Amino acid sequence: MAGDGVRRRDFINIAAVSFAGVGGLAALYPLISQMAPSADVLAESSTEIDISAIAPGQAIKAVWRKQPVFIRNLTPEEIKSADAVDVASLRDPQTLEQRTTAGKTNWLITMGVCTHLGCVPLGAGEGEVKGEFGGYFCPCHGSVYDTAARIRKGPAPKNLEVPPHEFSSDTVVKIG
Amino acid sequence: MSFPWANEYKPSHPLMQWIDEKLPLPRFVYNAVGAGYPVPRNLNYMWNFGVLAGFALVLQIVTGVVLAMHYAANAGVAFDSVEHIMRDVNWGWMLRYAHANGASMFFIVVYTHIFRGFFYSSYKAPREMIWLLGVVIFLLMMATAFMGYVLPWGQMSFWGAKVITGLFSAIPLVGPPLQEWLLGGFAPDNAALNRFFSLHFLLPFVILGVIILHVWALHIPGSSNPTGVEVKQESDTVPFHPYYTAKDGFGLGIFLMVYCALVFFAPNLLGHPDNYIPANPLSTPAHIVPEWYFWPFYAILRAFTSDFLIIPAKLMGVLAMFSAILVWFFLPWLDTSPVRSGHYRPLFRKFFYALVIDVLVLGYCGGAPAEEPYVMISQIASMYYFLHFLVILPIVSSIETPQPLPFSITEAVLGKDEHATLAPATPPSAPAVA
Repeated sequence: MAGDGVRRRDFINIAAVSFAGVGGLAALYPLISQMAPSADVLAESSTEIDISAIAPGQAIKAVWRKQPVFIRNLTPEEIKSADAVDVASLRDPQTLEQRTTAGKTNWLITMGVCTHLGCVPLGAGEGEVKGEFGGYFCPCHGSVYDTAARIRKGPAPKNLEVPPHEFSSDTVVKIG
Repeated sequence: MSFPWANEYKPSHPLMQWIDEKLPLPRFVYNAVGAGYPVPRNLNYMWNFGVLAGFALVLQIVTGVVLAMHYAANAGVAFDSVEHIMRDVNWGWMLRYAHANGASMFFIVVYTHIFRGFFYSSYKAPREMIWLLGVVIFLLMMATAFMGYVLPWGQMSFWGAKVITGLFSAIPLVGPPLQEWLLGGFAPDNAALNRFFSLHFLLPFVILGVIILHVWALHIPGSSNPTGVEVKQESDTVPFHPYYTAKDGFGLGIFLMVYCALVFFAPNLLGHPDNYIPANPLSTPAHIVPEWYFWPFYAILRAFTSDFLIIPAKLMGVLAMFSAILVWFFLPWLDTSPVRSGHYRPLFRKFFYALVIDVLVLGYCGGAPAEEPYVMISQIASMYYFLHFLVILPIVSSIETPQPLPFSITEAVLGKDEHATLAPATPPSAPAVA
């Protein structure tokens, strides 16, 4: 061999151990990936909901990806109170318009999952506490959301998430 | 390692000699928890809790393995299979109550074991590794207990799983995908339940492995003792067997009395009625709390209600909760006093009791609803908790004048007794100090 001290054995050693290392890492991939959501879980990714029976001031809980979705028909007063807020003062600044579909700002569609640690906030069901801002109240750790489901008080960092949705007709909304 | 005067294993029966030559396992046990392990002669009952924790682990493994023979880890039938165990399986009610209350007993003895360590500064050199491994065991225990609580798939199980995996979503950038990966979905469901069951079965054996390392590390310097003075001579020690096997046996009797009282007379005392309602992903129980042994940490999590500088409140709460345990890893280096035992540290002792009260207050607030005045009390108590470890302990260590230590363990035990004869190896000085 050449006089630089590198022997054939060294090359074989490094090549063999590197190859085994790459193989070991490659074998890890399926072991980690198997824990991610499986195909059937991902497949349940859209749902259609009839909203014709929801009167202004009412809300329903639907299910999307096995999680609750709040569909709320806002009253004009609720829209007004949401618009009256200085957006810059919010923890997660967003207007009601940005959170709803143009021309259908009365339909507030959000996940019913508190952005703190994932409890279902109260306020969608009949007679439930809506919190001091008239939207939703999470009983777990005391987060309070306003009528645009924006975080106003408590530990949650974000507004209630608006899931991707579109109106198939005036009375049917498709979520996902 | 052991002290030079440790008894040597000398099997007399030819079969035992034969085994000892091929695989010296009986010798290993003899040296670990038998007559071959010299232990300080002055251990008090606070030294029972290590053995009790080991017993609790065995109890959990035995009851857990048989429960797994009847339980079905499927979101559709898990709740019913637990009811099946309670109603139909022979002795199923007893086994399940034994397992559920066994977890509480395990935490009671482990918390006592940890606070014993705080008071007697058991974490100090040369025993840092024992302490570090102990903290690892505690973290594994918490993970195991949490996943076990999810298995009955009641309301508290489900929402506990959601909230605890939600902690990981607080991590910037990778948080939400990490939570989805942990759950195998967007909310707890069959995938999560199955993997929790698998890990709940695995982790106790991992704990067993770390306990072996914990005891191995313990046997290098040998056990500490209430004076904190190291063993100097043979008269300072007695063999573990029969002296401490007997003492631990007595403690075990008390442990079993408390345990049986819980299992047979108040099996649901420490549980939540909500967990007898099947999991409902659309409705969160009004008052959601973890099991009692997580309350102090849960209170710290909830204490952060507004953003701190650029860190959102949610992330801050999660960081604080994990830090509350991780700070224990630094304890051997935060407490710089050369004196170990709290008996000889008057100032340290006061702050030790303040910490005990602080943790009890945190525990109470963690179990209370998320409203005033509990939120404010948790905030003050959380602050004090970190203040204790990060500020008070280092300061106390540097300004405190400890009380005089006894020359040896033997002197501490016999020195005040005028009629007692000290062992010959003890120097003749040892004046009786008042």
